[in-house]
Amino acid sequence: MKKIRITRIIIYLFLILMFVVSVFPFYWMIVGMTNSAVDVIKGKMTFGNQFFQNAKVLFSQYDVKRIFFNSVKISILTVIGSLAISSMAAYGFEFYPSKAREKTYAIILLSMMVPFAALMIPLFRLIVKFNLLNKHTGLILTSLASVFIIFFFRQSFKSFPKEIIQAARVDGAGEFKIFTSIVVPSMKSTYAAAAIYSFMTSWNAYLWPLIILQTDKQKTMTLLISSMSSAYFPEYGAIMLAIVIATLPMIIIFFTLQNYFVQGMTGSLKQ
Amino acid sequence: MQLRKAAKSYERTLDRYGWLFISIAVILLTVFMFYPIVYSLILSTMSSKGIVQKFVGLGNYTKLIKDEMFIKALKNTFVFLIIQVPIMLLLALILAAILNDKTIKFRGLFRTGIFLPAVTSLVAYTILFKMMFSADGFINTGLMRLHIIKQPIPWLMDPFWAKVTVIIAMTWRWTGYNMVFYLSGLQSVPDELYEAAEIDGASKIQQFFHITIPMLKPIIVFTTIMSTIGTLQLFDEPMNLSQGGVTGATTGPGNSLLTLSVYIYNLCFKYMPNFGYAATIAYVIVFIVAILTFIQFKVAGDKE
Repeated sequence: MKKIRITRIIIYLFLILMFVVSVFPFYWMIVGMTNSAVDVIKGKMTFGNQFFQNAKVLFSQYDVKRIFFNSVKISILTVIGSLAISSMAAYGFEFYPSKAREKTYAIILLSMMVPFAALMIPLFRLIVKFNLLNKHTGLILTSLASVFIIFFFRQSFKSFPKEIIQAARVDGAGEFKIFTSIVVPSMKSTYAAAAIYSFMTSWNAYLWPLIILQTDKQKTMTLLISSMSSAYFPEYGAIMLAIVIATLPMIIIFFTLQNYFVQGMTGSLKQ
Repeated sequence: MQLRKAAKSYERTLDRYGWLFISIAVILLTVFMFYPIVYSLILSTMSSKGIVQKFVGLGNYTKLIKDEMFIKALKNTFVFLIIQVPIMLLLALILAAILNDKTIKFRGLFRTGIFLPAVTSLVAYTILFKMMFSADGFINTGLMRLHIIKQPIPWLMDPFWAKVTVIIAMTWRWTGYNMVFYLSGLQSVPDELYEAAEIDGASKIQQFFHITIPMLKPIIVFTTIMSTIGTLQLFDEPMNLSQGGVTGATTGPGNSLLTLSVYIYNLCFKYMPNFGYAATIAYVIVFIVAILTFIQFKVAGDKE
């Protein structure tokens, strides 16, 4: 009995340690935005009074409002576009079975294995050729069709009863009408989960935006933080504030839609 | 006869709708994915300096062996892959096994807290870690105050410690993420299995090795492959942890954080662009991913 109790204590200590390690950087970034650059770099762990100073530095030196809006705009348009396009494609693959389409699907899935680095160079040349360099359109256009989201939707569509669609056809509903007014409304949680995944990917993207958005005006929050931190004399307090601004939307989404969030990450595993 | 004809034409209509539904995605994927994949392969047989291009066949591939920077990037990437991925996945498995136990209190709280790092952007958390691991930063002062170390550790100044920092940072960011996969997999394992093992006198550790791991095998394979692909593409962390970031002279002290993806970026956008050679290295990543995925499936012995 005693041995069991000791294991219990060790397990709880381990859990508490992991919990503290996981959560501490969040606390530290909130504390950090109220401290001076020197205090941040020295690891001060208590709240300071430099918040307004940091805000002044951040907002006067960088066009944060515009950059934040850039991120919001890009992410929301990407989410809407990719959800519409990917769910339609998944619907086509799942509900109109044919050998040719099944082969197409297999090839698409296989391409998930190809790392982005292998697409980067031709993609960059395409962007230059289409005159989309430094334009948000280029970034959004290239992120619209997501293999992972197509796969995610198809997995969820598998559990949708096919008889309902047959019944609607007998009633004379058109194919697109069936999709938009029967299938889409009944898959709300799938859409929510996919939306979170898509938003997060777009909001946190770094390498591709870094390559094709080279002007300050077009930057996203991620690019701003990165460039602030590689400055010669980094303003650590202001960087902390920028990190909080960039992370807050994700945290809010996470806590309000936690179930969809986890579903969006692991949903692909469901059979 | 009439009926069969009608059925045939109806089938054809449905088939056309099938293509219609997938058309936009297929067009976009063709332009922005399949075309680049093929074009990259062609590029990898060319040598380009600026706009001048010439065909070199497999020349770029033989050039790789003599390229010290490439060898360094390859080695660094493999160090991260071989050390970080197993540590992280094992930790995630242990946490999932513990948090799947219904007798543990505050399970939801622990789960949420440990998952939380997964919502941060790679750039944001990397910079947070860069500040925490600075010479006189939070980690060093903390460790010194606890008398664990006497002298500050040169986390970001020393090639060895810089790698350690990346490994710690990545483990922080991804452990909870992988744990969630295992937890969702464990939901389909009946509690009776553990109860029966308990009655048979199996210890928790035996249960972990004989129930948890075998039951989660497909998910372990899945997360291993995802982590492998992710690590082979490692870019955000080394780039942002290095002095000067994208503009820095080296990636990490003595290029200790130079990864394959960073090297590709440098070849394209930092030095005199050689897209052909960069594409060759990109294809090296593709080949490594293919080989490792194949091995991982073989080791797991799954047919799917």
